Amino acid sequence: MFEKALQGSRKYWALVCFLAALAGLGFILLLWQLKVGLKITGMSRDVSWGFYIAQFTYLVGVAAGGVMVALPCYFHNYKVFGRITVLGEFLAVAAIVMCLLFIIIDLGKPMRCLNVLLHPTPNSILFWDMVVLNVYLLLNLIVGWMALESERYEVPPPKWVKFLAYFSVVWAPCIHIVTAFIYSGLPGRHFWLTAIMAPRFLASAFAAGPSFIVLFCLIIRKFTKFDPGKQAIQTLGKIITYTIIINFCFFLFEVFTTFYSQIPEHMNHFKYLFVGLKGHAKLVPWMWVSLIGMFIVCILLAIPAIRRNEGSLAFCCVLVIITTWIDKGLGLVTGGFVPNPLEEITEYWPTVPEALITLGVWATGFLVLTILYKVAISINEELGE
Amino acid sequence: MRINRRKFLKIASISVLGFGVKPTIDLFAGHEAKAKIKKSPKALRAKRWAMVIDLRKMNEEIAKKCIEACHLFHNVPHIPDKKREIKWIWTEPFEHAFPGQSHEFLGTELIEKPVLVLCNNCDNPPCVQVCPTKATFKREDGIVMMDMHRCIGCRFCMAACPYGSRSFNWMDPRPYIEKENPEYPTREKGVVEKCDFCAERLDKGLMPLCVEASEGAIIFGDLEDPESEVRRVLRERYSIQRKPELGTGPSIFYLI
Repeated sequence: MFEKALQGSRKYWALVCFLAALAGLGFILLLWQLKVGLKITGMSRDVSWGFYIAQFTYLVGVAAGGVMVALPCYFHNYKVFGRITVLGEFLAVAAIVMCLLFIIIDLGKPMRCLNVLLHPTPNSILFWDMVVLNVYLLLNLIVGWMALESERYEVPPPKWVKFLAYFSVVWAPCIHIVTAFIYSGLPGRHFWLTAIMAPRFLASAFAAGPSFIVLFCLIIRKFTKFDPGKQAIQTLGKIITYTIIINFCFFLFEVFTTFYSQIPEHMNHFKYLFVGLKGHAKLVPWMWVSLIGMFIVCILLAIPAIRRNEGSLAFCCVLVIITTWIDKGLGLVTGGFVPNPLEEITEYWPTVPEALITLGVWATGFLVLTILYKVAISINEELGE
Repeated sequence: MRINRRKFLKIASISVLGFGVKPTIDLFAGHEAKAKIKKSPKALRAKRWAMVIDLRKMNEEIAKKCIEACHLFHNVPHIPDKKREIKWIWTEPFEHAFPGQSHEFLGTELIEKPVLVLCNNCDNPPCVQVCPTKATFKREDGIVMMDMHRCIGCRFCMAACPYGSRSFNWMDPRPYIEKENPEYPTREKGVVEKCDFCAERLDKGLMPLCVEASEGAIIFGDLEDPESEVRRVLRERYSIQRKPELGTGPSIFYLI
């Protein structure tokens, strides 16, 4: 089936080359980072995780979001999603590839990363995160590929693939729960020390992931002969509506607990993010864009006419992606580190090389996605003829 | 022997699995090889090493001596960029060292006091809990150790430490070492480091360097031994710990 990725229009190759060029640029800068160390990033003694880990956190959500397509299809036999489950599964593959890359490039000694396998440490959440991410990657790759292959030859998929498909649906929330646990069990980091961290992660994941899928569906329909189906897009729209509203509510619950209790250590992080603390306010405009944008998108999506119109739905999806990205990919990690446990403030902002390496990883992910989607679409086009 | 594709894949996948499975089995079997290295008869021993810092005796000058003694011996680089600095022991104003125990009406004596801070070598260390490779581990005598050859530089321990006691080598530290001490190894970029209560000196029967340099302002001893000097001062005087409410069980006490 892979040969389908090797034959395509000029537009397809232009996209592949563009993404490969970005990935290459990121790779060159990564080599520089390997040579001189992580000092080329904006991270510091006080903010010891930055953009890389934040992107990983966000993309785990995108990966888990694919399950919102697979679950209705496999568990409730919702046939409308039948045509797009493979899109969800391949999106998960691309997102996990990015997650793993982000973790590895964030290591100070990436060549030692096998130490995690050689000295397995069950008390470390990072060990379990490695396990859940890799298993989820394999599950989606196998299930997606096998489903597509059996679709191509018009035979029912083998039983074990069905079993793996069910298993991957159950597994998907785990990748997000475990990633949330990386943050939520740490003493002295009051911003993260909250039981609602994992539910918040899940809610934003189940909004951001399907938003990506809706956008891809619309793009695919426009540029190829494969139609994912109007009904499927509408159902995804409803899923996004509920999950983004839940996500927004979860944030408000957090704000209530923090500010009604009046515990300074808890309030300081929120103050830093939303109003600034002791004159430090680098993230304030971003956080307000995220918060107001998320509120607006909740209202917009709740209006049926707006959700039914594919143009305005696409706009809402973009807004969901941007606002959740600011929340997880920028605010969550930095907000937890500022102020530090000694109540000192060191601000963080990604440097240019750091941002370009990040862009390179995103490009690599989209390259993987483009190739996988090309295979899926070509086969669907073939079947449609 | 000819190997067809199917067979090759089978063998390859089993080998890859084995790579991860073998250490896991070892782990649950619980027979990790324990090196039997005899300790020197001169080595100082304790059930739980602890430090008591007397803030009444401590002043700017003594603190500086302690820091210098430690940083010179351990080849701690002097990096001018505050965001990237490496420090094993340093001073903080009282309000930063004890954020939960400070208030705006403190006497000037305490507010102006330089508080010497270092790794608390906690009894229940969060950094050991989160380390994915056991590069950070706790010895039987309570010292939280750092294996810089095992460390992958994930910095999870830095996120977990509620005292900001760990430093990461954002770059090669060697150009920033003014006078290298050949008795102690230098570090590479990409690993985390911290104070280890001078474990290598204790094994030679010597006290930690900061204790020696402190002119009696720091007392070091066995917390589990009721007859020890640290226990005696803790009985006689009022002491506080940094963030005791977090349950990490810091092994450093401050007399005020």
